[in-house]
Amino acid sequence: MIKNSTKANHAAKWLVSGPPLLFLLVFFVAPSIIMLFTSLRFPGEFGGLAPITAPAEAVSGEYGLTLETYQFFFSDILYAEIFLKSFGVAAVSTLICLIMAYPLALLIARSEKRFRNLMVLLVVLPFASNFLIRIYAWMIILGPESVLSHFINTVLGAFGIAPVTLLFSPFAVLVGMVYVHLPFMVLPLYTNLEKHDPALLDAAQDLGADAWQRFWHVTWPLSLPGVFSGSALVFIPVLGMFAVPDILGGTGDILVGNLIKDQFLGTRDWPFGSALSIMLTLAVLAITGLAAWFAQLATRQRSVTETE
Amino acid sequence: MRRSNIWLWFAAVPVYAFLYIPLVIVVVYSFNDSKLNAEWVGFTLSWYKALFNNHEMLTAARNSLIIAVSASFCATILGTMAGLAIHRYKLKFLPVLVFTPVAMPEILLGVALLLFFLQVLNLTLGMISIIIAHTTFCIGFAAIIVRARLQGMDESIFEAARDLGASPWQTFRLITLPLIMPAVVAGGLMSFTLSIDDFVITFFTKGVGEPILPIQIYTMIKVAVTPEVNAISTLLMLLTLTMIIIASKLDSSVLRRGTK
Repeated sequence: MIKNSTKANHAAKWLVSGPPLLFLLVFFVAPSIIMLFTSLRFPGEFGGLAPITAPAEAVSGEYGLTLETYQFFFSDILYAEIFLKSFGVAAVSTLICLIMAYPLALLIARSEKRFRNLMVLLVVLPFASNFLIRIYAWMIILGPESVLSHFINTVLGAFGIAPVTLLFSPFAVLVGMVYVHLPFMVLPLYTNLEKHDPALLDAAQDLGADAWQRFWHVTWPLSLPGVFSGSALVFIPVLGMFAVPDILGGTGDILVGNLIKDQFLGTRDWPFGSALSIMLTLAVLAITGLAAWFAQLATRQRSVTETE
Repeated sequence: MRRSNIWLWFAAVPVYAFLYIPLVIVVVYSFNDSKLNAEWVGFTLSWYKALFNNHEMLTAARNSLIIAVSASFCATILGTMAGLAIHRYKLKFLPVLVFTPVAMPEILLGVALLLFFLQVLNLTLGMISIIIAHTTFCIGFAAIIVRARLQGMDESIFEAARDLGASPWQTFRLITLPLIMPAVVAGGLMSFTLSIDDFVITFFTKGVGEPILPIQIYTMIKVAVTPEVNAISTLLMLLTLTMIIIASKLDSSVLRRGTK
């Protein structure tokens, strides 16, 4: 009887986990491996890939596996610069998101319980609208005919400064990045801040700490795990984003995502596009590891202070 | 406490405004009787009329609906299974497989699937490839919601069912499934909105023949912006907002874990 039920449990386990496991092995793991292999291939003469073995009639040509694509990546400083620029845009976007999201998350966490869900819903709702539409909205706002552009240029004109174009600029790219990713920062921050015990702040106040000291010595250090997970959730997608620079940026505002996109839909250099994707994957893994490590460090520090 | 809240309101209200003003502008301009997204001229419904006479746009909407329904159906079933499996059994690699596609930049999944479809499956890109691609990233979202629901439940209910002699299947059908149903439906609705909105992965796995809504919108934005974009945007917003509100009413973890 017991043997039977463990057998049934075992069967149930594989019945439940088998289908999603199989699906993701085929449509997530296998494609990732193929991407790695593609980065080691030679590009085809007319785009795509060169055959892996030399065809019989071939006199010369490049076949088989190679690290040439990666050598090519490191041979031209241009690609390292684009990666660096993407990291810079991701870092600045993350910082702006943090500065904007923190007071909002704190406000929601300190509001009365019955309002909290509604306030969170109000953060999530705009983000439920189509991704392209959210970017497109900024084309209208930053466009040369917009109220904002007219206003800024009138003010600049009063000081004798030449008019500026807001759209198709690095500024527009940053605005778009922040707008699209802001809720990713608010939600983990709020989830963290909501759990703080208000008694800690009361205690700090009784001990004579002013509002700033209470924030800097109590709330902020306790919220670090939320800060790190929110930062990772913004940094990572910004790093791979191509639609925002594509729509709001100028011709010079190319990031890694645009470079990858062009290899597949423009120049059709699959091996190079795959190599860039692998480099991006490595960058993402490094960032994720770093964020997890920092969050763990912050948590451990807290438990040390608590035991003291 | 009270006083610091006032300062927080000063910082938070502009952020709420920042979130909503762009969308309000799109909606307002969809009723503007002018070809330019500049000044307000007068009220009109002509952009909506133009939209409903735009054959390609209607086909794109139909295709996107087919894709979203199919992908969210598959993702809900597979995601519910994954959520159950991750919660119940201590599996090491299933969580990694389920949650990584959610966490990584979309472009990577798009590229990997494009290469896989063309090189290994020899598939002609089109509706099928998009449905598979959307299912792959939606599984994680559905699983997150179902697992959150299971984590909040009392394990003793399932033990009681087993003690009373229920088979694993009976326990699932009579106890587990009814209890997690709101999360399953919420996961399905989430998957639907994610699928109908997805641009990046669709961009890489689309074929040439069939128009798809996000791609159609992208082309309009890139090539020639007409207020028809505002009209389709407003309609899409209405659809997805309704879905998200229903989903969040069914299961509040939709809000906690966020959307994409």
